[in-house]
Amino acid sequence: MAEEITLLESLRRRGVSRRGFLKFCTATASLMALPPALIPRVAAALEQAKRPSVIWLSFQECTGCTESLTRSHAPTVESLIFDHISLDYHHTLQAAAGDAAEHAREEAMKQHHGKYILVVDGSIPLAENGNYSTIAGISNLEMLKECAEGAAAIVSVGTCAAYGGLPMAKPNPTGAVGVSEIIKDKPIVNVPGCPPIPTVITGVLAHFLVFGSLPELDHLGRPKVFFGQNIHDRCYRRPFYERGQFAETFDDEGARKGWCLYKLGCKGPITYNACATNKWNEGTSWPVESGHGCIGCSEPGFWDFGGLYKALSVPTGNIGSTAVAAAALGVAAGAGLAAMNRSKKQAAAKAHETMTVTDLNKET
Amino acid sequence: MPVLDAVEVSWQADAAPPEAGNALPLLHEIRHALLRLQQEGEPTLLDLSAIPFGPGDRDRLLAALGEGEVSARIEALGPTLIRETALAGVWLVQYFDPDEQELVLHIEISHCPRLLSTPVEDIDLALRQLDDRLDTQLHAQSDSEPGSDLDQPLDSSAPHLAG
Ligand code: SF4
Ligand code: SF4
Repeated sequence: MAEEITLLESLRRRGVSRRGFLKFCTATASLMALPPALIPRVAAALEQAKRPSVIWLSFQECTGCTESLTRSHAPTVESLIFDHISLDYHHTLQAAAGDAAEHAREEAMKQHHGKYILVVDGSIPLAENGNYSTIAGISNLEMLKECAEGAAAIVSVGTCAAYGGLPMAKPNPTGAVGVSEIIKDKPIVNVPGCPPIPTVITGVLAHFLVFGSLPELDHLGRPKVFFGQNIHDRCYRRPFYERGQFAETFDDEGARKGWCLYKLGCKGPITYNACATNKWNEGTSWPVESGHGCIGCSEPGFWDFGGLYKALSVPTGNIGSTAVAAAALGVAAGAGLAAMNRSKKQAAAKAHETMTVTDLNKET
Repeated sequence: MPVLDAVEVSWQADAAPPEAGNALPLLHEIRHALLRLQQEGEPTLLDLSAIPFGPGDRDRLLAALGEGEVSARIEALGPTLIRETALAGVWLVQYFDPDEQELVLHIEISHCPRLLSTPVEDIDLALRQLDDRLDTQLHAQSDSEPGSDLDQPLDSSAPHLAG
């Protein structure tokens, strides 16, 4: 159960020095994507931070989100944050099983009523009274409602919990939905991704620890600090896109030269995630850097986008053609997309912002 | 995995056009920060984890900064390496976890990196520790040689002072 000790105290008890604490604050600020100038503020807040109780429910999911987190590359910071929160219930990670596990959940809910953070991964099946997925004889739907009632806030980890994810893919046999389709009266943070970037998961928990509140969210309930930037806007291949230089296959000259992967189905232009900066596998690389387009895994409906390798199409209208076609023309003219006049480019950019799954599948 | 090892993998580090990378804008940012340090004495911290680096970008940046004459290693919650670059006042501060995995890379533009100077709270602690040691020392000596303790220099081989 959560004890009322501060984070600084808990670090001190482990023999972490002041410099160690400063380092921890630096890494936490970086994790939260805060500018380094805010490190002293993070330190001041973390000195006083109390230990929040966390209940973690896993519903219809593949455990990839938990894997992403527990295999993340920043064991010191992440595990210290993790050790500091009181993870009172987590099906996969807890030692207790059966009645004892359920008892721990009920205890935590009672003791920290109104104050605990509820983390959910996995979608919730609604068909057949929710009987497609049950834990200890309780349907996911029922357990979610029960646990949400006393939660201070809910963090939906992974695209399944946030927007339904793969279980929701057509024809959605289990009637899967995300948390926010069911719970309407609690603050919910969506941390989508399939899986989400581990540092982003911890970043959100760290935000709660540091500021005692939830980060600012975008219109899809995602923390702006991690999801505020478009993959395409931060992509280092962007200059090739602008010049209309595209890889046509995965092994042509363009692919070898690192050209833009738009024509190979990259969903970067409609995807908001932190991959281009936070990267994967110990900061080694990210899909586009490894030569594969973004599949848009942090967007609602990405599973039904209509083909991982199908190029995005831009809504018609004043551009008069798909960006790919325009770009191909540009290439032929030796000038690429840059040859499009300014207003057309702006229209294209605008179109990207508002593009939906339906637009995606629209071919011209 | 010997079978996988046999697969020849080649990749081009220079796949991104240098002019597209982030090394050059960062060098300009460092220049602004150095000016600020020179004219207003104000230090700057840049977190490189927040920069969308393409392949080779980071190496290009580090090569441009070069290596200077100071380096230090701090052991606290895993190692931290601090190196001055060939440009005085421009420091690389590399935070690692205990498994030597890099957590954060900062460029610090300052007279001396923050983490290197002694935290104020540690000086309070140091004073208390030293007082304790002096106490123990005095007691130890007054027990064994009453009367002569104050003339004796502190025994530098005493284990609690050696560390
Ligand atoms: S389309 Fe994809 S590969 Fe091309 S610039 Fe955008 S995000 Fe990068
Ligand atoms: S590059 Fe796109 S699909 Fe891949 S992990 Fe990032 S957001 Fe998801």
